[in-house]
Amino acid sequence: MDSIVLIKQVPDTTEVKLDPKTGNLIREGLKSIMNPDDAHALEAALVLKDRFGGKVTVVSMGPMQAIDVISEAIGMGADAGVLLTDRAFSGADTWATSFTLSMAIKKVGHFDLIFSGRQAIDGDTAQIGPQVADWLGIPQATYVFDIEAVHPKHITVKRRLEDGYERLQCRIPALITVIGEMNNPRFPRVERLLGACREKAPIQVWNAADIGVKAQQVGLEGSLTHVIRTFAPKFKREGKILEGSKETVVRELIQKLKDSEGATACKAFASTCEL
Amino acid sequence: MVVWVEKDLCDGCRRCLKACPYGAIEIKDGKAHILDRCTLCGACLEVCRAKALRSDAKPKTIPDFSDHQGVWVFAEQRNGRLNRVSLELLGKAQELGQEMGQEVCAILAGNRISNLAQTLIRYGTDKVYLVQHKALTQYRTTAYADVVEELVKAYKPNILLLGASHLGRDLAPRISRRVGCGLTADCTELAIDSKEKILLQTRPAFGGNVMATIANRYSRPQMATVRPGVMAALSTPDKKGVIVRHAMRITETRIGVKVLETIRERKKGTDITEAKVIVAGGRGVGDAKGFKALRDLADLMGGEVAGTRVAVEEGWIPQENQVGQTGKSVRPEIYVACGVSGAIQHRAGMMNSRYIIAINKDPRAPIFQVADWGIVGDLHEIVPEMIRQLKSANR
Repeated sequence: MDSIVLIKQVPDTTEVKLDPKTGNLIREGLKSIMNPDDAHALEAALVLKDRFGGKVTVVSMGPMQAIDVISEAIGMGADAGVLLTDRAFSGADTWATSFTLSMAIKKVGHFDLIFSGRQAIDGDTAQIGPQVADWLGIPQATYVFDIEAVHPKHITVKRRLEDGYERLQCRIPALITVIGEMNNPRFPRVERLLGACREKAPIQVWNAADIGVKAQQVGLEGSLTHVIRTFAPKFKREGKILEGSKETVVRELIQKLKDSEGATACKAFASTCEL
Repeated sequence: MVVWVEKDLCDGCRRCLKACPYGAIEIKDGKAHILDRCTLCGACLEVCRAKALRSDAKPKTIPDFSDHQGVWVFAEQRNGRLNRVSLELLGKAQELGQEMGQEVCAILAGNRISNLAQTLIRYGTDKVYLVQHKALTQYRTTAYADVVEELVKAYKPNILLLGASHLGRDLAPRISRRVGCGLTADCTELAIDSKEKILLQTRPAFGGNVMATIANRYSRPQMATVRPGVMAALSTPDKKGVIVRHAMRITETRIGVKVLETIRERKKGTDITEAKVIVAGGRGVGDAKGFKALRDLADLMGGEVAGTRVAVEEGWIPQENQVGQTGKSVRPEIYVACGVSGAIQHRAGMMNSRYIIAINKDPRAPIFQVADWGIVGDLHEIVPEMIRQLKSANR
């Protein structure tokens, strides 16, 4: 059972600090980590390797420093890693990124399963997995939280829905995106981690020419969507203290909530909005 | 596009050799040769003094998309029930359609679901594209992607919207890849640019710490998924729409996936960073029992319970439900802070919530400064009263 795991190095957005004056993100000193969902994806691949044998290869696209997450993955038990790094890759949207990754996967060679996290915490798009699957023309199962059975020709998984879950049988080769519920990622082992930092470590670094793509197919040039502007989210707060008896203030509060754009988020009002 | 060498001009100076990031140039017989590895990045063109390196690169231009018309919504249904987000999208689609003078269309795919077409029309659809097939009874990625791909290629919409539900987020990226159009995920705002007449798609990034506006100039349809609960549905009871039935061949072998079973279950408690409604408690809640009422309110509103560092240290709520600098950053639609004073560390984790409600005995508590609506009073009286009134409103 050979697996490829797509991993991404991301800034730890739970530690994000905002400039109190401008409200902008302070990027300096932001810790970089392996994207949490991707760590769960890697763990899933390693569990299959422990049971059925085979090879686990991690693939990541990013700046040279993203080699850290590849070393971490090897420390956890991955057999080999590929870092896709090139100035031409930078500024890519999901279209260009998924193309780049799929070209690298074709070069890596044989796989039964591709694992990726459901989404990355810096972009939250959840698009890379399905788009890679489509470039490769293989089926997918997203939001997976359990692997029930593995056969040479198909895999049975549980995938999360909003109101429950679905048991899905999926033909192999396939791409699986994993959510945090799936497992607890193991810690890297020190001796493996040290091995991953040596010169002979099984890590390859590939650029655009290595995977046979043209510069204008990847990165910002190859992207179909472009960011026009970014800004700090700001809401004008009404800042009103409601006064009166507890019945009156609560009634007024509920009315205000009902009249606001937040009403659709509240389940208690949902039954009054008819389908 | 190609890069080539004018052999007569090349003096074999090797500058291009150094400039090439890919090792894709070699010098043979004193002249530069471009190898297959060349990515056409153009780095060599700038350094060639003899102007021997040439490229036929043209600047990227925006194609003419005037043949792409209509604002489309993918109408999501499971077991014959429409997802509410689809109606919300139709509400927005009416606004976008009006602004551009284009019609609102919906894609309805499934098996024996034609009755839903009328609902879509009553919520603003001019034209429903209906595809029914046994293979579409349950949602399966490939089958549904095939349907949307075929319709999009046949009828060329200008805009295509899907709900950012589990289904929408599973399906949309595959359509985007097939059709070759850009896709923006989880938008919270959509508008038409008045000059360019393109769709401006705004979405949160970096865990909601930054908002980004994204455009899709080079491909059609302009495709986006939109978070449920953000747009408002707009009913059009007297609307007369048309239904276009589109027949399709779908082969089972191509799909590759079988749904063995669908299990409905009550959610156990989700990640608070994904909750739309959060009821949070602080020191003022008093004890673990006090959180019971907060839990009831959260259940009623369809949300989650969270708390301050104090509430975690006292053992009233688990660590993973802590909001603030040392806990999680959240941005729900509604944040109800009960007995929370609003220290800066806590506010850092919740001030990006859309609406903030504060209930606190102390009128000087800093939480009131960031609240939309505040109630000065005892949460042990106010919260049960909210539960009572919400329940009766629901009846």
